[in-house]
Amino acid sequence: MTAADIAAPRRRFRIGARALPYLLSLPALLVCIAILIPFGTAIYYSLQRFRLSQPWARQMNWGENYLNLFTDPAFWNTVQVSLTYAALTVGLELCLGLGIALLLQKRTRLNNFVSIMLLLPLMTAPALAALMWKLMTNPNFGVLSWLASLMGFPDFRWASSPDTALLTVVLVDIWVYTPFIMILLLAGLRSLPTQPFEAAALDGVPRSFVFWRITLPMLTPYILTASLFRLLDSIQQFDIIYAMTQGGPGDTLLVFQVEAYLNFFQSTNVGRSAALMIILWAITYVLSSIFIKNWLRLRERARGEA
Amino acid sequence: MEHTSTLERVLRGLAIALIVTFFMFPIIWIVLMSFQTNETILRSPPSIVFAPTLSNYVALITGKLESAAGTLDIAFMRNLGNSVLLSTASVALALVLGVPAAYAFARHKFRGSEDIAFTLLSFRFAPPLLVLLPLALYFQDIGLANTYIGLIWVYQLICLPLILWIVRGYFEDISADVEYAYRIAGHSWFATFRKIALPLAGPGIAAAGLLAFIFAWNNFVFALVLASADKQPVTVGALAFVTASGIQYGQIAAAIVLSIAPTLALALYAQRYLVEGLSLGAVKG
Repeated sequence: MTAADIAAPRRRFRIGARALPYLLSLPALLVCIAILIPFGTAIYYSLQRFRLSQPWARQMNWGENYLNLFTDPAFWNTVQVSLTYAALTVGLELCLGLGIALLLQKRTRLNNFVSIMLLLPLMTAPALAALMWKLMTNPNFGVLSWLASLMGFPDFRWASSPDTALLTVVLVDIWVYTPFIMILLLAGLRSLPTQPFEAAALDGVPRSFVFWRITLPMLTPYILTASLFRLLDSIQQFDIIYAMTQGGPGDTLLVFQVEAYLNFFQSTNVGRSAALMIILWAITYVLSSIFIKNWLRLRERARGEA
Repeated sequence: MEHTSTLERVLRGLAIALIVTFFMFPIIWIVLMSFQTNETILRSPPSIVFAPTLSNYVALITGKLESAAGTLDIAFMRNLGNSVLLSTASVALALVLGVPAAYAFARHKFRGSEDIAFTLLSFRFAPPLLVLLPLALYFQDIGLANTYIGLIWVYQLICLPLILWIVRGYFEDISADVEYAYRIAGHSWFATFRKIALPLAGPGIAAAGLLAFIFAWNNFVFALVLASADKQPVTVGALAFVTASGIQYGQIAAAIVLSIAPTLALALYAQRYLVEGLSLGAVKG
């Protein structure tokens, strides 16, 4: 099957063939190991009392950072904000993305053109996208602030008000990432076999029934892969929130990574920051193992068709 | 399936128009803004009628900003140069490291191969700050802090998994029999890789490279943590720009336009491969 199984014509090949795959992947492997070192260090830091401003007081305190976190309302605020953000963005993007994919399902020239146009927000750097929206929501000249005042909210302050800050960053996230879900679901929709749909049309099955009983179940692997992918990114969102408000106003948008960043660079509390990251890592590890299972199934299917 | 009513067609058209407006409006608005002076930007209500000016772009490109308070130096072109350098070099390195590894994973089942491949994949999903914060301290110690080499190395976290998994898929699509036949004809392993596998997977490798470039360009957090002003790419530079005093709104908009134009152009060029790339090879477009 594989090239390794091919009987080498000469002896010198046989030695080479054993070591070859290792030699080929060695550089990537080395990079891999080099990254695992900081990961180990992060665990070590998380078990230490370690502030950059007080290097003399550095010592092991084992689980104290974690215990402190679990009894700190600020930590639970971080958990709550991160989960709310992830649930809102993924939920809304999934509904919107699925809707748009269904609208654009037919391969017409207009639909293809629109689906390509929708790629542009996705290819905009999230940090820059946040800046674009920041300009548009500026209280002095922002076009969206003006629109809000037209609609009867003369003092709508978007990201600078604690009441609407979450809404604003979620909106930016939706603008950037809805096309991601849309494009994967569109590819999924267009790859579905046509026979069940033709049969349903012949039998005069109502369209809502077709959607719930045929389209949705057949699309499930794509929906799972796309939304888990987004969930993994969304729960770690940093770029959009940091570029928009740096976690503010107050503690309204202090999600995991922003909180860890500020703990590290502003309060220089390395131990607490590392503990936060390890907790976030544990969450993403569980999610990513579920994701990879689904992703592999889809990947095998795509490769099988080739 | 062709019996759609007029009402439905109108509603569909309306929905598509709304969608296009929502997703295109911010880009168009920022482009329009980049051609305006502060006076026209600050008009209320906002209007799309104005005399376009190139002064924002001129100020950015020459790096000299004339204002009432005197001349101000802006280093935005340096950020742009950094972005080009960091993204290009990272992708080049990731291709050199990743393509042979992808070939090994696609063609040879060897001990630990899947473990390595999945560990590399998991980098894509681990919180970046988990690795970056300890690295920031390490880089201080070993002298890699605020160097291009250090940054390019860390950028492998984004580029390498992408290249490895996409290119691996392309290698798997090539029938091993072709290579086998070439080997039987007495050619070495390396000649087979160079003359058969590489050209056949060529389009896939190019697409993976383009995508990796886009993601490296769009990255924000790596350089925010590891680089200071003179090594920062546009994503971080533009943020500093917003808070700098004396900068006009039109210039911020122009900086954003210059920063997103390269990735948008590349995305349009490579759109055929984007679906496959975005799903790391799991969905074909």
